[in-house]
Amino acid sequence: MLVIHRECCGYCGACVSVCPEGALELVDAFLTVDNACRSCGVCARVCPVGALEVCDEEPV
Amino acid sequence: MKSRYDALVIGGGPGGAIAAGELAGAGHSVCLVEKRPAIGAPVRCAEGIGKDVLKEFIAPDDRWISAEINGARIVAPDGVSMTVEQQMAGSKVGYILDRKIFDRDLVWQAASRGAEVHVKTRATGPIVEDGAVKGAVLETCGTTRKVKADVVIAADGVESKFARWCGVDSAVPLRELMSCAQYILTDIDIDPGLTVFYLGNKVAPEGYAWVFPKGDRTANVGIGISGRRSRDGNRARDYLDRFVAAQFPGGKTIEYIVGGVSVCRPLPCTVADGLMVVGDAARLADPMTGGGIYNAMKTGRLAAGVASESISSGDCSSSALMAYDRAWRDSKLGKTLERNWRIKEYFITLSDEKLNTIIHSISKMNLKDFSVFNLVKELIRHNPRLLLELKGLHDSLKAG
Ligand SMILES: Cc1cc2nc3c(=O)[nH]c(=O)nc-3n(C[C@H](O)[C@H](O)[C@H](O)COP(=O)(O)OP(=O)(O)OC[C@H]3O[C@@H](n4cnc5c(N)ncnc54)[C@H](O)[C@@H]3O)c2cc1C
Ligand code: SF4
Ligand code: SF4
Repeated sequence: MLVIHRECCGYCGACVSVCPEGALELVDAFLTVDNACRSCGVCARVCPVGALEVCDEEPV
Repeated sequence: MKSRYDALVIGGGPGGAIAAGELAGAGHSVCLVEKRPAIGAPVRCAEGIGKDVLKEFIAPDDRWISAEINGARIVAPDGVSMTVEQQMAGSKVGYILDRKIFDRDLVWQAASRGAEVHVKTRATGPIVEDGAVKGAVLETCGTTRKVKADVVIAADGVESKFARWCGVDSAVPLRELMSCAQYILTDIDIDPGLTVFYLGNKVAPEGYAWVFPKGDRTANVGIGISGRRSRDGNRARDYLDRFVAAQFPGGKTIEYIVGGVSVCRPLPCTVADGLMVVGDAARLADPMTGGGIYNAMKTGRLAAGVASESISSGDCSSSALMAYDRAWRDSKLGKTLERNWRIKEYFITLSDEKLNTIIHSISKMNLKDFSVFNLVKELIRHNPRLLLELKGLHDSLKAG
């Protein structure tokens, strides 16, 4: 699953533009991910600050 | 907010603001919605624009001009630089804007021409009837409303979702999305009239670092790298921090922003029934420079012209709106985008050694204007072998 580190995110929308599934959306300064996400990691690659991470499991 | 307008514009950036203003000026009812609470903030831009193109849209105003530019410098990977100066002595060629104020002024201009404006109002989906876009679902502070319109103009920027919701795949390939970070640095030594571009795979793989003056000792200092070269420890922000440590160790950061710019080809089609896509949402930023303010304003204006006719004639089908798609593609803008995309595809293949050779061949260049085209033509004049190396590049230059 995709983990969003909101404390790092600069809400720029770069990730939204590359997501092949259209799963991400910027609600003003709040990035959301919906269940169309298939954990491909493309968004995590492009993020200028590393605010996205694909994890195997839900973090505890 | 009414439940119906002639036109609904999604996004309050330069593209949306110009489109809304022109439609309102032509006497149509227009509603512009912007999801952010403040137009233009945070900025996602290095704020550079040519003087001549800007004045097609708005009269220059000191409130949003941070600096005037009269030349550019390109720094090779090995540090040797080449300075490009405008031929006409004394005349400045470009501005560095203050986009928080600039973008808001454009929306203000649209509002004065009669457009309705709603901030902190987000489009969450289209209204589709019989396969045609007929409006949008809008959300403001928890309230959802359906608003109908003859034409919807998607001007929702790089993070555009609207066209996608209407069935247009607008995802940018990873390698063609420039991942960017930028600081406003102050208390640094710069030439306040020069924009400076640093090239090289160590500085900014498949991209460049920039220093765009915002005043005598202040500048937008930023970096863009290809998404495919972005990795933990080597992200845009890491490259920027290394660049700043090397070039401006004493600089003080007074603003920090991140962003994405597409350097792909434009969407294959920028209209559908009831829908037009302009600016970054249509992937119209320049692939060589990453500049997209002018392209957004220009396509906003072209879209408004065609929308106005279509609304008046009662035919907003994709075949009627297609006149807009043809208009921008056939214009200088459309041709420049295609040519610069080809030049970009060539430039990203060059090694640092090759870039050094090319830039060393000229240390000072006088150009009538700063276009990528003139720059590349001049580079080729000094390095004729460049042409032999890539036939495609040759063709794209001839096409210009
Ligand atoms: C780091 C960086 C540096 C750049 N430097 C330059 C430069 O020096 N010169 C230059 O010309 N260009 C530059 N650009 C590109 C330039 O910023 C864009 O091309 C330009 O802003 C595009 O204008 P636009 O109107 O298409 O989109 P935007 O300015 O992005 O505006 C789109 C607006 O739509 C809003 N929106 C999005 N979705 C919705 C929704 N669902 N509902 C309501 N509103 C929505 C957004 O909040 C946004 O305000 C740079 C870009 C970056 C990232
Ligand atoms: S690319 Fe990174 S910084 Fe930008 S919106 Fe996405 S997660 Fe946030
Ligand atoms: S991991 Fe892939 S599918 Fe999921 S949000 Fe990121 S880009 Fe989209």
